[in-house]
Amino acid sequence: MSSRVSRALRVAVVALLLFAPITGLVLSGYQLSIHWQRPLWLAAAVLVGYFTLSWLMQHLGWLDRFAASRSAVQPTATIGLSGPRPVWIGAAILFALLLPFVLGKYAVSVAILALIYLLLGLGLNIVVGLAGLLDLGFVAFYAVGAYTYALGYHYFHLSFWLALPLGALLAALFGMILGFPVLRLHGDYLAIVTLGFGEIIRLVLNNWVSVTGGPNGVSVPFPTLLGLEFNRKAKQGGVPIHEFFAVEYSSDHRSLFLYFLLLIVVALLILMVIRLKRMPIGRAWEALRENEVACRSLGIHHVTVKLSAFGLGAMVGGVGGVFFAALQGFVNPTSFTFFESAYILAIVVLGGMGSTTGVIGAALLLTVLPELLRDFSDYRVLSVGIAMVLMMVWRPRGLRQRRRPFFVIPAQDLPKAPVAVSQGVAEQ
Amino acid sequence: MSESRSASAVTPEPLLRVHEICAGYGAIEALHGISLQVQSGEIVALIGANGAGKSSLLMSICANPPARKGKIFFAGQDITVLATHQIARLGVAHVPEGRRVFTYMTVAENLAMGLMALPEQANHGLLQAGGGADPEQIYHLFPRLRERAQQRAGTLSGGEQQMLAIGRALMSRPRLLLLDEPSLGLAPQIMGRIFATLRDIVKEGTTIFLVEQNANQALQLADRAYVLVNGRITLSGTGKELLASPEIRKAYLGGH
Repeated sequence: MSSRVSRALRVAVVALLLFAPITGLVLSGYQLSIHWQRPLWLAAAVLVGYFTLSWLMQHLGWLDRFAASRSAVQPTATIGLSGPRPVWIGAAILFALLLPFVLGKYAVSVAILALIYLLLGLGLNIVVGLAGLLDLGFVAFYAVGAYTYALGYHYFHLSFWLALPLGALLAALFGMILGFPVLRLHGDYLAIVTLGFGEIIRLVLNNWVSVTGGPNGVSVPFPTLLGLEFNRKAKQGGVPIHEFFAVEYSSDHRSLFLYFLLLIVVALLILMVIRLKRMPIGRAWEALRENEVACRSLGIHHVTVKLSAFGLGAMVGGVGGVFFAALQGFVNPTSFTFFESAYILAIVVLGGMGSTTGVIGAALLLTVLPELLRDFSDYRVLSVGIAMVLMMVWRPRGLRQRRRPFFVIPAQDLPKAPVAVSQGVAEQ
Repeated sequence: MSESRSASAVTPEPLLRVHEICAGYGAIEALHGISLQVQSGEIVALIGANGAGKSSLLMSICANPPARKGKIFFAGQDITVLATHQIARLGVAHVPEGRRVFTYMTVAENLAMGLMALPEQANHGLLQAGGGADPEQIYHLFPRLRERAQQRAGTLSGGEQQMLAIGRALMSRPRLLLLDEPSLGLAPQIMGRIFATLRDIVKEGTTIFLVEQNANQALQLADRAYVLVNGRITLSGTGKELLASPEIRKAYLGGH
């Protein structure tokens, strides 16, 4: 009984959190009014509804049946741990949250760039590290994302918040378009074709002057937050954010906003990648990378599996592109050269293909170090090359070797006598 | 599944019927009009020398490469038009030549991969009861795999990898098991153990069609056998008949 009450309360809290911004904040004209009683009523309704429904389900026997059918598909194995310990994760999150307040404005602008490359690195890691498809044209999807926002605003007044999902979708679409013809290719041949694809996108953007503005590029407005602008005076017909919160105008607000938004996106992406590795699709990528013939003989459709890797990786690249456009306020094709692809690939390779932690480390290293060593900026590429050579000698599989999550069968489920085991499973 | 299996045993339609297929790679034709049948519950062997087209035939049954001419029927259904993964999902499990286990995964995970493509399994994660076979049944057939369950497949010996490849294919409870050279590179003793297990597998209701260079072992095991020479079937008969046949003795068994 008490567990039902606490569960109902928890559901109500979630409902409150969900409904509060949707129904509690009402925008009329440029005025934001707060109706705090609305979400409370809705949450109360959810609370009562959940309680009644679960009581009914239990007393009519629905719950039991539901629970029974669920336990039948409980995996009998748990996942063996891989990845850093929670202490380190907590420290990293704390550091990321405090960084702007401790290290100041310059550090934030470096961190934003680092996070964008981190995003790109994680995206490419899906394609190269997890699915084993060498992609040298990843920058194409980055460009698709950036130009979706730029051209979308230019022609349709698309906002940043719409451009974000749209850029991701378009990039995923391009990823799959690229995926189709290269399904039959492996290794070097695949790399060459993807390299060509990356160049095609850049050349089209450069030469289709009437639509993309060619080398002159397109300017991009800075994103707004719920209609509030980050300018000193409202330009896009909204309210400047410092006026709304009645604080002094500061250009730091922009970078703080971008930084924290990127932090959220990157955190979500890391969670997604961790889950993907454990899901059937992640297993299928891994299996396909190891042995395509065996996969097909087991009934795995290599087309869907490969396309999903290309699509997901490209999608992440697209998100990175939208952020890049928002950060720069201007896009032109020179930002999307082969060098960028190579740099992102260097992040993945240096980090250790398939290792999320490794890629995160390498992305931070390869973006933060050049900033710290600005005086040596002429030697940036050289130092990446030296890092690669040193890596080959000492850590041939990357900074952090890929550690895969694997399934550990609990000792009691690993019976010595076969008969006892199969009974145990059946009873479950 | 078991009901449909017993039903098909009653019908006169063979489990696998290959009707005059031609297949090849590019300009080279490897198979010139092959016809054969596998009845439910049989062990059928296909023997022949290197390059005779044995593996090509097995691959063609799985539509990789697809047959250029002729038809292939599985349990009465025309599978010539289907793609490789669709054929596998019908209950035709193929153990490719050279084992091809997933070396970085553990033995238990390799077995779980056998369930990956089963539609009812796809959404449920790995290693649970219901749907396909229980890994326990595979461990029962190959006790060695139980000892090695948490070990990476790449660290297994050749024989153990072959057991794993067969076990992985059996996870989906196939009706037909296609084996490509299970004896390849194995010590005679290990080979003998694997062949003995194949007999157990057939007793549990899976039909086996195997391709072998080791004619002696294959003919002793098989109920019936076909001999493939340069992409054509030249001889067929029961295992015993072929073992006794002077032509076979001369060509494959080194007899005088």
